[in-house]
Amino acid sequence: MATVSLIWLIPLPPLLAFFLIVLFTNKNKTLSHIIAVGAAFLSWLGGMLVFVRALGVEHLGQHPFASAINWLPIGDSWFKIGVLIDPLSAATLFFAAWTIFMIFLYSVGYQNFGQPQGDHDVMGLPPHGATIVDEHGHKHQVPSVEPMYSRFFAFLGLFAFGMYTLVVSDNLLTLFVGWEIMGLCSYLLIGFWYGKKSARDAAIKAFMTTRVGDVFMLLGIAFLYSATGTLSFRQIFREETLHALASTPAFFGLSAAGAIGLLLFIGTVGKSAQWPLHVWLPDAMEGPTPVSAMIHAATMVSAGVYAVIRMFPLVSAGWHEGMPLNPTMSIIAFIGAFTALFAATIAVAQNDIKRVLAYSTISQLGYMIAAIGIGAYVAAAFHLITHAFFKALLFLGSGSVIHGMEHGVLHTGDHKLDPQDMFNMGGLRKKMPITFWTFLIGGFALSGFPVLTAGFWSKDEIFADAFANGHSAVFITLAVAAFLTAFYTMRQITLTFLGEPRTKAAEHAQETPWTMTVPLIVLAFFAISYGWVGIPEHFPLLGGLIPNWFHEFIGSTLAEVPAAVPFNIVPLLTSLTVALGGLFFGWLAYRKVKSPAEDRLQIPLLKNKYYFDEAYNFLFVRPAFWVAETLVYKWMDKGLIDGILHAFGKVAMFLGTNFRSKFDAPVVNGFGDLVGESTKKFGAMIRPIQTGRIQQYMLASLTVLIVVGGLLYYLLVLA
Amino acid sequence: MVFPILSVIVFTPLVASVLILLMPAERKTEVRMLALAAAIFALLLSIWVYFNYDQAAAGYQFVEKYQWLPVLGISLHLGVDGLTAPLVLLTGVVMVTGVMISWNLDDRPREFFAFLFILASGVFGVFVSLDLFMLFFFYEIAVFPMYLLISIWGWVKTREYAAMKLTLYLFIGSVVALVGALAMYFASGLQTFDMLALQNANFPPQFQHLWFPFVFLGFAVLGGIFPFHNWSPDGHVAAPTAVSMFHAGVLMKLGAFAALRVGIMLLPEGAKYWAGWIMGLALVNVVYGAFIAMVQTDFKYVIGFSSVSHMGLVMLGFSTLTKEGLTGAGVQMFSHGIMTALFFAVVGMVYDRAHTREIPKLGGMSKYLTWPTIGFIIGGLVSMGMPGFSGFVAEFPIFMGIWQVRPWVAILAAISIVITASYIMLVIRRVFFGQVPEEFEGHIGPINALDKVAIGFLSVLMIGLGMFPALMVPMVQTGVENVLRLLGGA
Amino acid sequence: MDFIANHLLTLILFFPALSALVILFLPRDEMKLIRWTALIASLVPFVLTLVLWLRFDPNISGFQFQEQYTWYEAIHSTLHLGVDGLSLTMVLLTTLLMPLAILASFKITDRVKAFMMLFLFLETGMLGVFLALDLLIFFVFWEIGLVPMYFLINQWGSANKDYASLKFMIYTMGGSLGLLLAIQMLGVLFQTYDLPVLYEKWNSIQGSLMGYPVSTVKTVAFWAFVIAFAIKVPIWPFHTWLPDAHTEAPTAGSMILAGVMLKLGAYGFLRLVLPLYPVEAKHFAGALAVLATAAIIFGAFAAYGQTDFKRLVAYSSVNHMGFVVLGIAAAAYAAGTTNAHIALDGAILQMFNHGISAAGMFFLVGAIYERTHTRDLSQFGGLFPLIPIYGGILIFTSMASLGLPGLNGFISEFLVVRGAWPILTIYTAISMLGLLFTGAYILRGIKMVLHGPLNEKWVGHLTDITKREIIVMAPLMVLILWIGLWPAWILNVINKAVVMLF
Repeated sequence: MATVSLIWLIPLPPLLAFFLIVLFTNKNKTLSHIIAVGAAFLSWLGGMLVFVRALGVEHLGQHPFASAINWLPIGDSWFKIGVLIDPLSAATLFFAAWTIFMIFLYSVGYQNFGQPQGDHDVMGLPPHGATIVDEHGHKHQVPSVEPMYSRFFAFLGLFAFGMYTLVVSDNLLTLFVGWEIMGLCSYLLIGFWYGKKSARDAAIKAFMTTRVGDVFMLLGIAFLYSATGTLSFRQIFREETLHALASTPAFFGLSAAGAIGLLLFIGTVGKSAQWPLHVWLPDAMEGPTPVSAMIHAATMVSAGVYAVIRMFPLVSAGWHEGMPLNPTMSIIAFIGAFTALFAATIAVAQNDIKRVLAYSTISQLGYMIAAIGIGAYVAAAFHLITHAFFKALLFLGSGSVIHGMEHGVLHTGDHKLDPQDMFNMGGLRKKMPITFWTFLIGGFALSGFPVLTAGFWSKDEIFADAFANGHSAVFITLAVAAFLTAFYTMRQITLTFLGEPRTKAAEHAQETPWTMTVPLIVLAFFAISYGWVGIPEHFPLLGGLIPNWFHEFIGSTLAEVPAAVPFNIVPLLTSLTVALGGLFFGWLAYRKVKSPAEDRLQIPLLKNKYYFDEAYNFLFVRPAFWVAETLVYKWMDKGLIDGILHAFGKVAMFLGTNFRSKFDAPVVNGFGDLVGESTKKFGAMIRPIQTGRIQQYMLASLTVLIVVGGLLYYLLVLA
Repeated sequence: MVFPILSVIVFTPLVASVLILLMPAERKTEVRMLALAAAIFALLLSIWVYFNYDQAAAGYQFVEKYQWLPVLGISLHLGVDGLTAPLVLLTGVVMVTGVMISWNLDDRPREFFAFLFILASGVFGVFVSLDLFMLFFFYEIAVFPMYLLISIWGWVKTREYAAMKLTLYLFIGSVVALVGALAMYFASGLQTFDMLALQNANFPPQFQHLWFPFVFLGFAVLGGIFPFHNWSPDGHVAAPTAVSMFHAGVLMKLGAFAALRVGIMLLPEGAKYWAGWIMGLALVNVVYGAFIAMVQTDFKYVIGFSSVSHMGLVMLGFSTLTKEGLTGAGVQMFSHGIMTALFFAVVGMVYDRAHTREIPKLGGMSKYLTWPTIGFIIGGLVSMGMPGFSGFVAEFPIFMGIWQVRPWVAILAAISIVITASYIMLVIRRVFFGQVPEEFEGHIGPINALDKVAIGFLSVLMIGLGMFPALMVPMVQTGVENVLRLLGGA
Repeated sequence: MDFIANHLLTLILFFPALSALVILFLPRDEMKLIRWTALIASLVPFVLTLVLWLRFDPNISGFQFQEQYTWYEAIHSTLHLGVDGLSLTMVLLTTLLMPLAILASFKITDRVKAFMMLFLFLETGMLGVFLALDLLIFFVFWEIGLVPMYFLINQWGSANKDYASLKFMIYTMGGSLGLLLAIQMLGVLFQTYDLPVLYEKWNSIQGSLMGYPVSTVKTVAFWAFVIAFAIKVPIWPFHTWLPDAHTEAPTAGSMILAGVMLKLGAYGFLRLVLPLYPVEAKHFAGALAVLATAAIIFGAFAAYGQTDFKRLVAYSSVNHMGFVVLGIAAAAYAAGTTNAHIALDGAILQMFNHGISAAGMFFLVGAIYERTHTRDLSQFGGLFPLIPIYGGILIFTSMASLGLPGLNGFISEFLVVRGAWPILTIYTAISMLGLLFTGAYILRGIKMVLHGPLNEKWVGHLTDITKREIIVMAPLMVLILWIGLWPAWILNVINKAVVMLF
């Protein structure tokens, strides 16, 4: 099949799966997940085929796979939509396809397929487990299958569709379509267990916070579209177009390019949970763990970064390496770096195994954003991909841990115990070896454990870039963040897997089924190996053994491939020290800790995430509702506007009443009163004859006639 | 000689009333039968006239002329033109429906119908007579029975007062008009009361300026022009249903028409001179009447004042002295006649059953009185000038006429449309919908077939005219052309 | 067949009214018979409209399928009908929603006959506005549509129906006064009401009218028109009748109110205001934009502040129609430019889209009301597990009205924003905040109805959506998705018309 048509087809299977499941197979769990996983597999296959073919193309950057069709008739032209596979999207497609497929597979196990129906499970709440009686008549508590199993896979399918659309689309509009569809799915999936208040609120919070970003992004799109008359990447990124944008001033002293870039970037801030719109992501942990992996590692948050990398030529229009950053880039760099550090500090004080990962995600995304901000385009992409792998791995790992813990909880029957609190765990390495080793790999990759792990290479490249181009502020911030990252990662590993079990549940935790462990192994493989495709050639010893394929490949997306930064020992040493140091201190500090009380880093300020939720609630949420209900509805609509309307009515009634009582009756009738008087006399006069004797009436009328006639005749005879 | 159809129409009711009086009082059913037969006969004739009027030829047709008092130049000179043919038809319709809905009137129906028919032939007479004296003669014949009808069969509380008030207003009015008429008679020096002759008497302007107010206002009193309108609501309220129908439906048109026929057509210069003032008064009618109608709590008073307001539109149309304005006024006379006839018929039906007209006391009538409800709603839509009904067809040209003369008046008059809409809607809701007061539960008897026929007939007329203006407008226009010619305008 | 071909518009226009008369003679108690007759009677115009759609050639400029019959010679008004891409879309919307609305009210048992008759009259009334090429005819149908709707609200409405219906009727009539007067003036000036003629006569007029300079007269007339239509749309601050009317009306009534009636106002802007008053429109476009923005923002806020589900949806209409007006304002300001065309494409498509999704939303609200007999959001909660299918449909439709990409609402809103951005940048930017709150109130609605803590009292008392109800929703949902994914089929017609008209 022709590659372009193949590309068109990639997003479709999951969408089909969604509709099939929703409309037909939702009653049948087996069929549903077969369809869903099958669809994920097809898309994966397509993605891989396309990726391989893409590798085969010389100068893919200049001659990407692309095709477009007419979509919207506008004025006398058409707005076209199409697909585009250039190096960047190819690489993105690669990791997206892998992670998505793995997560689909993993979900089968995580949602307890094959387990009995729960005793008292209801839709909208996590399964509570079921009691089974074995042949000896012993009652056992075992995990029960998710009541909305099929629906879960339907949503995942839609989500995958959104991601694939976003990756393959050749223009901002369809990218935005995929972007928003993912937004919807994240809403649906975070609120999947809508029976829990926390889940409901988290879902809405996620949707609304990201929507803040999206609104600005849409504005950016509108701006870009009206400025250039197109939304297709390749046309926007033409030299002359960019030049024109860079030279036309917009607002706040920004060039049009800068302004548009900034607006689009705000979209990313929302989607990739950068400060100050980061608040939704930690709460999003309310969703089932595969969802967390999906949203926070593989797809949605990555999509945010992907979009900025996409838009890099626009953002950096008129900027060349070595030049001082333009305003937009500085803002991006600042937000990225700040977020990286800021989130890392919070992560240190979290006890929920998933929340730690959530904050680490925010912080890692900060790295990428910062990298883009300083123009380290390739490094950003590199870290995006490695991170996708090892963070997906970590989340799935944590899911596996939780799953194991839940098993223990069911066994002990101590349902009050929170299976996600790391202080309830410990010593899981013996119980769940596969999970342990894969998690360890992921953790080390995250901390940038030297040479072995992918995380090391990608982070190192960012450091190198930042240092080489003299962005020392960014460099230092990221270094500190990196240290913290290593530290809290080790803290997590120590608390979870090392030492001795701290609870009965932890003792009875057990390894998860193959559907969950296989994905872990696969992802672990990439979490190590993917780093090796991007080893700088000037790197001591290793450099040049394997060509720095990644740099060449991704770099070729841009018009001119950015020069590889010269090797420098300083950033390397830094990353070595922070990584190893962090890991060491993390182990040192927590190897003996038994309970939160002994944890000296449970600082309220950190624990409460610098009180951002409270602040936002106070500053925006509650005022918004007051404005809506009281100001706009009660006062303005009901009070003012309707008041005026009713006033009209009242005035009319007032006029009517007074016309009648003050004028018509007295004055106009006053003239009639005179008549009335004479009436009475006359009436009195005729009353006697009013006895109903008709002849008399006739007589009366006749007289009147005669009188009148007589009068006439008299007048006339005068003539 | 040709069949003297007009005189037949005019005298049918009169003859009928004599026959009725000759019948023994206890044979009520026969009396009613006879009345209905006569009415239908008159209606058929007027329909025949209406549809055989040759619009192409225009002018006065079916003309008859019999010498009556040659000495004074008085002759029984009859004829219809585009303006009067519809009015004759209107009278026929109101007559028939009036008889139908007073079928159950049990108090001396013989006399009632007799007087009603005298009134009817008076009305016919005024519309068709081309002789000024005869016009007055019939005018009095039409007005006088009202007194008896109201004071005998009227609403006990106010019939004395209302009957007297009405009679006096109208007599005074007609006397004033008469004076003007006589002045014309003498000034013309033609020794004739024939209006066709007087039309061409071209009186000197000063004369016209002096006498126009007398003639016009004299008749306009019967048209309910401000500030001489008060007799009319009181009269409506006091009168028995059929009489109210005649009163609002036909008599008021009588005044308006006579004002046009004698005032404007004989004294065109005067009309032009006073047009502004007339328009002013008419405008007051329209707006002021609507406002007062809105605050009335007596069902019948609401309709009464709405008539004041709507007749104001007729006067407005006249006062524009433009083609559109006069045409509209002509159609409005017909449309309003049918509409108020229907209104009062319905009011009567409700009153006969609920024995109160206090709107706050009424409610939920639609449960028992489906036809009257629908009828009233249709009438209401007509009166608020809803497109698709005759009211719109009539009012729209009137407004176009006003635009050509005084845009501001049009804008002010338009207010009445909303006011009308609001009080009509409120009345409909309060009387026919909502909760049925428990004292009415089960005490509201159904209406009989004749009532339904009457309601249906009137409603169909209004909708038909609203949908197909061509049914009447062109005919009215031929009449208007004539008026315009007299006015010197094309 | 030939007859049908030559009188397509007249048939579409009058068939409903005539069938209403047929129903008049059906026995009052044969509810089933009456319902089905009404349904079929409303399906016929739809089929005819499809024929019309297929035969319509979007590439021809000007009006097609014109028919002209004498109506009121005395004042030179003729029954002149015709369609172009603009009106055709609206006719399609009307004839499509009508059968659904009638099907939706099959549950009605109180005076079915009257109900169905009023509905069919209503359809004729609304279609007339879209088909009329004669100013007077336009007004005739414009007013006449009020009557059936008034009685539908007043007779079959809920608690506060009296206030709501009267407000609706009088407010709209009062608003139309200016229109009426302006129309009379035009008629007096040009001795014709024929739109095509008026277009160039009125625009080419010079000097002074009735002693005032033309510009003054035009400005006054312009505002007379605008206010009449602004109330119908409704544009803030003329919108307060809407929440009342929509909330109190019976389900099907609200469907048509939101689905079609509001479009009459917007259509008035496009068909009359822009062509007749290009200069004034340009001059006052700014003011219009301000009001549009206000409608979007305040509409969204007010919707967010509701505790009554139906009221929430009603206010969402204010919010959505705001985008239509924004598009119109933009077009008025920069008529003839591509941006203006895009804005208008968006505005008209938004009219169609809102018609579909709002009708759907009101139907769903009605469906839940039928089951629970409450519209109070706080009374619901956690219904999703009880009525999963309904829940799914509700979420889908809400998302359409939220403007989720991939569904119809997004396309039109994007086009409006895109078109308005270069022309009215600031207003567009502010309006986008409205989009934010659209999200807020939609999600709030879903949360309080479907999610939220399960309100135990409904357990076992709630039946999921029925086949009939699904049949009502299905066409709407299909269209929502279809337009969302492949809008070209309809947008092409709109766009061609827009390019040729403006």
